[in-house]
Amino acid sequence: MRDVAVVGFAQRQMPVFDGSPTCVELLVPLFAECYEQTGWTRRDIGFWCSGSSDYLAGRSFSFVSAVDAIGVIPPVNESHVEMDLAWALYEAWLKIQTGEVDTALVYAFGKASAGVLRRTLALQLEPYTMTPLWPDTISLAGLQARAGIDAGVWDERAMAEVANRSLTDAEKNEYAIRKGGSSVEELLSRPMYADPLRKHDCSPVTDGAAAIVLAAGDRAREVRDRPAWIGGLAHHIDPISVGTRDLTRAPSAARSAAALDLDGVEVAELHAPFSHQELVLRRELGLADDVRVNPSGGALTSNPMFSAGGIRIGEAAARIWSGEASKAVAHATSGPALQQNLLCVLGATTEGAPN
Amino acid sequence: MTKQPAAVIGVGQTHHRAKREDVSMAGLCREAIDRALLDANLSLDDIDAIVVGKAPDLFEGVMMPELFLAEALGAVGKPLLRVHTAGSVGGSTAIVAASLVQAGVHKRVLTVAFEKQSESNAMWALSVPLPFNMPVHAGAGGYFAPHVRSYIRRSEAPTHVGAIVAAKDRQNALKNPYAHLKNPDTTVESVLASQMLWDPIRYDETCPSSDGACALVIVDEDTAAASPNPAWIHGTAMRSEATTAAERDQVNPQASRDAAAALWKQAGITDPIEEIDAAEIYVPFSWFEPMWLESLGFAEANGGGWRLTESGGTAMDGRLPVNCSGGVLSSNPIGASGMLRFGEAALQVRGAAGEHQVDGARRALGHAYGGGSQFFAMWVVGSEKPSN
Repeated sequence: MRDVAVVGFAQRQMPVFDGSPTCVELLVPLFAECYEQTGWTRRDIGFWCSGSSDYLAGRSFSFVSAVDAIGVIPPVNESHVEMDLAWALYEAWLKIQTGEVDTALVYAFGKASAGVLRRTLALQLEPYTMTPLWPDTISLAGLQARAGIDAGVWDERAMAEVANRSLTDAEKNEYAIRKGGSSVEELLSRPMYADPLRKHDCSPVTDGAAAIVLAAGDRAREVRDRPAWIGGLAHHIDPISVGTRDLTRAPSAARSAAALDLDGVEVAELHAPFSHQELVLRRELGLADDVRVNPSGGALTSNPMFSAGGIRIGEAAARIWSGEASKAVAHATSGPALQQNLLCVLGATTEGAPN
Repeated sequence: MTKQPAAVIGVGQTHHRAKREDVSMAGLCREAIDRALLDANLSLDDIDAIVVGKAPDLFEGVMMPELFLAEALGAVGKPLLRVHTAGSVGGSTAIVAASLVQAGVHKRVLTVAFEKQSESNAMWALSVPLPFNMPVHAGAGGYFAPHVRSYIRRSEAPTHVGAIVAAKDRQNALKNPYAHLKNPDTTVESVLASQMLWDPIRYDETCPSSDGACALVIVDEDTAAASPNPAWIHGTAMRSEATTAAERDQVNPQASRDAAAALWKQAGITDPIEEIDAAEIYVPFSWFEPMWLESLGFAEANGGGWRLTESGGTAMDGRLPVNCSGGVLSSNPIGASGMLRFGEAALQVRGAAGEHQVDGARRALGHAYGGGSQFFAMWVVGSEKPSN
């Protein structure tokens, strides 16, 4: 396999992105930041891949106008996944592995505030029997949280501890839209929102976009002294039905972890839009107690649909670049109650990269 | 670093109809998957990863349907990717699936593309008004008719060339057991007598709206070597350009020409018309055959395409048989249409195309385009392992 690294990352996360239903205006400055970081222009990018969702945009072909942000005359080598940014990054990593290109810029965008997100996401369910009942995202997450509490796998206090740490860490993240920790007791005294979830157990509706630059070998070294080398990528999916799954587990996350080398991971950026989901993921990934989880504040403090998973990779890479960590793992999820999961291991050296 | 060799060893497709009321989305996909696996002599247990493609989710009214389909697709416990690149998606999906093998990440990949347009209303799914964008609510024919008129004016084409394509593809479809339209009496004269929809596009020169799916099994060198007739992948290309721009040539888009140039180079082809034995080209409106023949380099620009078509050169017994399966003009499950072109090209070089087989086809083109003629995906497959 080729050595491929994350060498650029730009993001925007906000409660409401005013106007611009095509999100082109949101993407243009992000690409500019990527060019600034790499010293490249669009002509140095060998492959482009985006992630987005037509249902989130409320229209067909939401990615079509987004390519205008790239400036696609002359034409570019380009693709799109109807998935989170993290999977767009996976497709780009594949493309670099084929040897066809050496560099890629991947991006994703979404304006969750345009509709009622928890109802929009109900359209992801099984359409013939589940969707007509309109079980919304928060209710499904509530069922999952309750399943874990009833099984004795976690309790409300453990969930509040996750929320408190995330809100405290988010104070240092300029993009986090909910921030400010207090105490576990204070959080537990707040009212229920969807029992057993309180509002701080649920990620806020977030608009946003992100872009990540990948480069192989020397192209990566020309950009950064300390590129964040991809040590491995793995992703798997579970069945959707929440009635037959053990909601306290995420087998696809465990399977992905088993496919990778997570020994010595110091930082984990986990895409957990609900506090209890971080607890599920810690267990499935087998993370040691001293692993620093979500120093960015994580998805619990801002969760822009279709970029939040990729942002975890960007945040983890930034900690490798800065020297804060030598090995990190980033995680992205999709589908209800952690149905589909992706893991990306990042390191300061190419050792441990897949061969 | 070069790509690992990859080959198609299984092709499956559904019977295409306006409404497949006998199956759900899961059943539709499974019909194609089961045929592809049977063809490949593999089971779902042998498959390492699954790549799904389809056009907009509004066509069925389900957000990211691959999530609920995971179990029916046999994807549970496996990696699953979902591609969406407008009308070219079936082609792009096959290319992404191929890249999983070419990158050396997986050995046996199943890819499936589908559209069950009858579950929703495609016309309305494409007609959501967007602020600051020009309204194009006349359907795809209304959008593409000016391109066709422009081609006719530029190339001085006689106006019956589109009817030649339609009559040819509908006759070819009679040889394809899976084709949607089976109109035995279609002739150039009957096409010309059909109703004008968007001048110069007549009713019989348009594609149907179909439910359908296509699946391919793409494998590594060792697995392919054990197959009796692998279709080796000689080259793949994707290119995109903007919908609108003053300098765009929408009759012969640069993204199309760039993709073709990259494709022929990868496949080691210098003279496409001499070296390609069969072509499955995305032709949803009949005039796109001569237009794409020129853009792909099979014929000279501004007239070579219609001359090749008019001469009978694109008929099954012609110099370059085009759309022997009946093409998009005979079956159009949008998300699957591109993969059907890629799969039919593979069937040709595997000698497995049945009644619509081109004798001795050794290298074939699969082609798809989407959006406002702005997204392109294409591949070349061959009966021999590529030397490059």
